[in-house]
Amino acid sequence: MSAPDTKGDENAGSMRPLRINYIRVKKNEVPQDEGSLAKKNVHELCYAVDENGRYTTVPSRGWEVKTLALNESLELIEERIAATKSAVIAGELSPIAYFMELNRMDIPLLASYVGIHRWFVKRHFHPKRFQKLNKKTLRKYADVFGITVEKLTSGVC
Amino acid sequence: MDINFEHQQSAHCENGVASNLLRHRGMILSEPMVFGIGSGLFFVYLPFIKVNFAPGFSYRPMPGKIFRKLAKRLGIGVKHQRFSSPEKAKAVLDEKLKQGIPVGLQVGVYHLTYFPDEYRFHFNAHNLVVYGKEADEYLVSDPVMDYTTRLTEEELQRVRFAKGALPPKGHLYYLERLPTDYDLERAIKKGIRQTCNDMLAPVPIVGVRAMKWVAANIRKWPKTIGIKKTNHYLGQLVRMQEEIGTGGGGFRFIYAAFLQEAGTLLTNPALIQRSEEMTAIGDAWRDFALDISRIYKNRKSGSDVYEKLSDKLLSLAQREKEFFMRLKKDV
Repeated sequence: MSAPDTKGDENAGSMRPLRINYIRVKKNEVPQDEGSLAKKNVHELCYAVDENGRYTTVPSRGWEVKTLALNESLELIEERIAATKSAVIAGELSPIAYFMELNRMDIPLLASYVGIHRWFVKRHFHPKRFQKLNKKTLRKYADVFGITVEKLTSGVC
Repeated sequence: MDINFEHQQSAHCENGVASNLLRHRGMILSEPMVFGIGSGLFFVYLPFIKVNFAPGFSYRPMPGKIFRKLAKRLGIGVKHQRFSSPEKAKAVLDEKLKQGIPVGLQVGVYHLTYFPDEYRFHFNAHNLVVYGKEADEYLVSDPVMDYTTRLTEEELQRVRFAKGALPPKGHLYYLERLPTDYDLERAIKKGIRQTCNDMLAPVPIVGVRAMKWVAANIRKWPKTIGIKKTNHYLGQLVRMQEEIGTGGGGFRFIYAAFLQEAGTLLTNPALIQRSEEMTAIGDAWRDFALDISRIYKNRKSGSDVYEKLSDKLLSLAQREKEFFMRLKKDV
């Protein structure tokens, strides 16, 4: 096993020292940082070597490095939701755009779920066109988002 | 219709389902064995496909490939079925359960109710086993979970007919026949050889060459797309490498475990030596992920950070290149 300790020191010179612990794939060194899995009492299986150099599996509660990467992605989603929400309130987009972001979807994905071509889905983002949508189409969108038609048409809040 | 199914957790869903289904029929293959024989180790870079607003990276081959290759190499008969009608899909599943056959399913992750919210992305290549039904609830053995879970009919239909990239279309599979005798040694060698060829493939989007391409792009990104987007792309790389399912280090540790097991089984000390080298490479991958997370943590920018990351990935590519050239000669 090559111990990456020396490399770690080298990095510490160029960057500020960190709290993140150095990990190596030894059985007792599998990271156990409280990740989002731990909340649901789910562990993730990691492969690591024991004292005798034999491979074994160890349940892990998470690793800070991964949590940071995941949070970065979730922040981006939150940002997109917030931006879409203010656009809907400003009357630039229809609520469909907001609920799409809320469900972590993009236009092609939403289009395949509702069974409407993405060109039309994009048109339905226009508030005026959204006003003219019939009940049946609204129903389709509401079903995909798991909400009622009233909720879809009553704006975002 | 209760099937006595033993649930065993695994790092990766596809290996886990394969390993669990085989164990149910009395054929014991560990997760690393399934992974190794099915040539699971991979690297692919798809800059032209955007997943979650970042380019596609993957440390494993196309979903379903591992199990198919394993089945082919050991002569296991697996029946696969896809459906256009959800009703038909449900009827076939119920019938198989009635016959006492545990069934593997390809599902979308987003609507899996037992997953933590953070993990609910529109990703359609997850695998699980359904091994029974009580009233209108299916008994589910999801190999990445510690414990077995349940899904209602409606919930299961929803995940089986998830939409988006790689839609499952109700894809189900079950074991039809097991080989009476099989040549494990040949299968292992075949698996290893293919992994070597994949990783050394002369195509820019696959294997070692793809890593080099990513490394070159990491150098360019801060200038061409800005720091924020670069960091998001790097985050995607970390998630693909470390997220639940890889067993850590972009599957490198599972592969090292496979080489160790194979080396012991075939009494080939060279493979055990390779296993140790692979572990070291896996450590270096984790090191790489750690460096990326430092960028988030310090909010530190400056191009030298990205230059260093790029160099690190290049040296990893070089190490893996030499590794797979050696490994190819060992089998």
